[in-house]
Amino acid sequence: MVYDVAIDGKRYRLELDRAQAGWHCRLDGREIQVDAVLARRDVLSVLIGGKAYEIKREHTATDVHLWVGSVPYVAELRDPRSLRGRRGTAADEKGPRKLLAPMPGKVVRVLIGEGQPVEVGQSIMVVEAMKMQNEIKSPKKGIVQKIVAAEGANVNAGDVLAIVE
Amino acid sequence: MRVIRACRELGIASVAVYSDVDRASSHVRKADEAYHIGPSAAAESYLNFTKILEVAKRSRADAIHPGYGFLSENAKFAQACRDAGVKFIGPSPASMEMMGSKTRARQEMEKAGVPFVPGTSRGLKSADEAEQVAVKIGYPVMLKAAAGGGGKGMRLVHTPGELKPALQSAQSEAERAFGDREVYIEKAIIDPRHIEMQVLADEHGNTVYLGERECSIQRRHQKVLEESPSPIVDPDMRRRMGEVAVRVAEAANYTNAGTVEFLVDQEKNFYFLEMNTRLQVEHPVTELITGLDLVHLQIRIAAGEKLPFRQEDVHIRGHAIECRIYAEDPDNNYFPSPGRITLLLSPSGPGIRRDSGMYEGWMVPIDYDPLLAKLIGYGTDRTQAISRLTRALHEYFVGGIKTNISLFRRILTDADFRAGKVDTGYLDRLLKSQPAPIRREDAEVAAIAAGIFAMLDPTSTVAGHGNLSPSSGNGAVDGVAASGWKRAARIEGLG
Repeated sequence: MVYDVAIDGKRYRLELDRAQAGWHCRLDGREIQVDAVLARRDVLSVLIGGKAYEIKREHTATDVHLWVGSVPYVAELRDPRSLRGRRGTAADEKGPRKLLAPMPGKVVRVLIGEGQPVEVGQSIMVVEAMKMQNEIKSPKKGIVQKIVAAEGANVNAGDVLAIVE
Repeated sequence: MRVIRACRELGIASVAVYSDVDRASSHVRKADEAYHIGPSAAAESYLNFTKILEVAKRSRADAIHPGYGFLSENAKFAQACRDAGVKFIGPSPASMEMMGSKTRARQEMEKAGVPFVPGTSRGLKSADEAEQVAVKIGYPVMLKAAAGGGGKGMRLVHTPGELKPALQSAQSEAERAFGDREVYIEKAIIDPRHIEMQVLADEHGNTVYLGERECSIQRRHQKVLEESPSPIVDPDMRRRMGEVAVRVAEAANYTNAGTVEFLVDQEKNFYFLEMNTRLQVEHPVTELITGLDLVHLQIRIAAGEKLPFRQEDVHIRGHAIECRIYAEDPDNNYFPSPGRITLLLSPSGPGIRRDSGMYEGWMVPIDYDPLLAKLIGYGTDRTQAISRLTRALHEYFVGGIKTNISLFRRILTDADFRAGKVDTGYLDRLLKSQPAPIRREDAEVAAIAAGIFAMLDPTSTVAGHGNLSPSSGNGAVDGVAASGWKRAARIEGLG
């Protein structure tokens, strides 16, 4: 299997196959000896060069994080041979990206309007819950295609707030 | 859970009450009986006397343990229990009333000759009175709500010019938060420590103290980490504080478990602050260093038993430190972080106690205080307690929501904390400083793991297009959990 992997936005090419003892693994062309077993759903025990890693996978409303020990990495993975075709990482993705509400709350301020340009990490709107404010940031550079949740709207976790293309 | 466990250990049947959002809470499953008492709004469920006493009647309960928060310090509720013939596990309504008003408590303490922070023992009648007292006791001064706690209705005033507006603002905040605009004034102690003493009294006139807890590490007046004993309290100071605490309890005719809070200045002078007329969240550290089970004792005292030991039988041994693990986002100003716990790896091992109701798959509600668990490290000395707790925090993983676990790693590795140099300003100072940069050296390992997960443990959104990222919110998360369970059964065979 060949994968395009993005870890915190940095892309890697990963070639991975089961072998008799362990895995055949090439990362960006470099061969790496990997021993890995799934301890339970979402928990992987990985041994590389004798070093032991406990990797936990975490799904949130908006991302997938892989925790190596106590450090989280944002992970995105594409099978380049899938019918959907090649796509870049979230940050330079060509298709429209949905911004989802990470928690229930109320949209108190929309900072960027439809049709306006936006940078990676720029705040598009502010959602308030329990008297505290949370900035919703754009995952990619592009244009705000649509503001789905207007100022004053109540939202639930996972609701689409805006679309950036 | 704490009370249910104690009941089970004592052979007492337990009855849980729950609101709509708490139907899936651990305590409901672990109790012997459980009854629904209303919607999530506390006023319609956990604060509703009628509904709670109805359940007590229906289940023929002999006693009610009020826990912490909600009705635990509500004298009217304690009285309502008496009227209904149900034993309230705690002090009498009169004791609660006396200590419930901070000004009244100060007045009684004055009579009992207990040292307290200079200031007024009655609510301020006017801005003029406030100004006069402030000049007498000296700035800076603290304005505080008589009916309150948790920082509401509190204002620190440095100069005379700030006093009047601060008083007005404190009064209106107190009115909104507690329905009582009474505000009093105290000298503001610079960088005090918050040290509290556990007391226990039976209904036969015996009162003892069970050691102090250092609770200075607070964020916005909410305790975050507590330890026992306090790094600065020696046996002589403990005895003196303990004797004052007993005097306070006796002046209030106190029975059952309670905590006397003191402010301690940099010269180790201690001043009575207030008394909490209930069992406290941080009671485990006291249990670990004294070897006593406070909830067992509460129940037995309420059943009319005499204290089974005397003051001279109480010995402090070792050191315990507790972290309060909250569903909060440390990278976003500790914003509450409700949601479903998708993965839970819990620590254990030597010297580790974990009091927790959370479980994997639990939907943490936003409706109540987001305390998930208390993690306590216990050792023969403070250094060992710190290293055990640090180790346990390293093992702890809560996936799917944000928690403040990373905050404790910062505190426990901080030089001032390790030297025992803490005060109520400590955490604010620490949080203002730059955290140690996280070493992100394992991105390649993460990349490899991403591929291996996709092959060994694909999520439902992966199937078909190999994408680890969910394309929608809660729906996908639930779908993932479901397919994960089905696959786990198959994968176990692959090893």
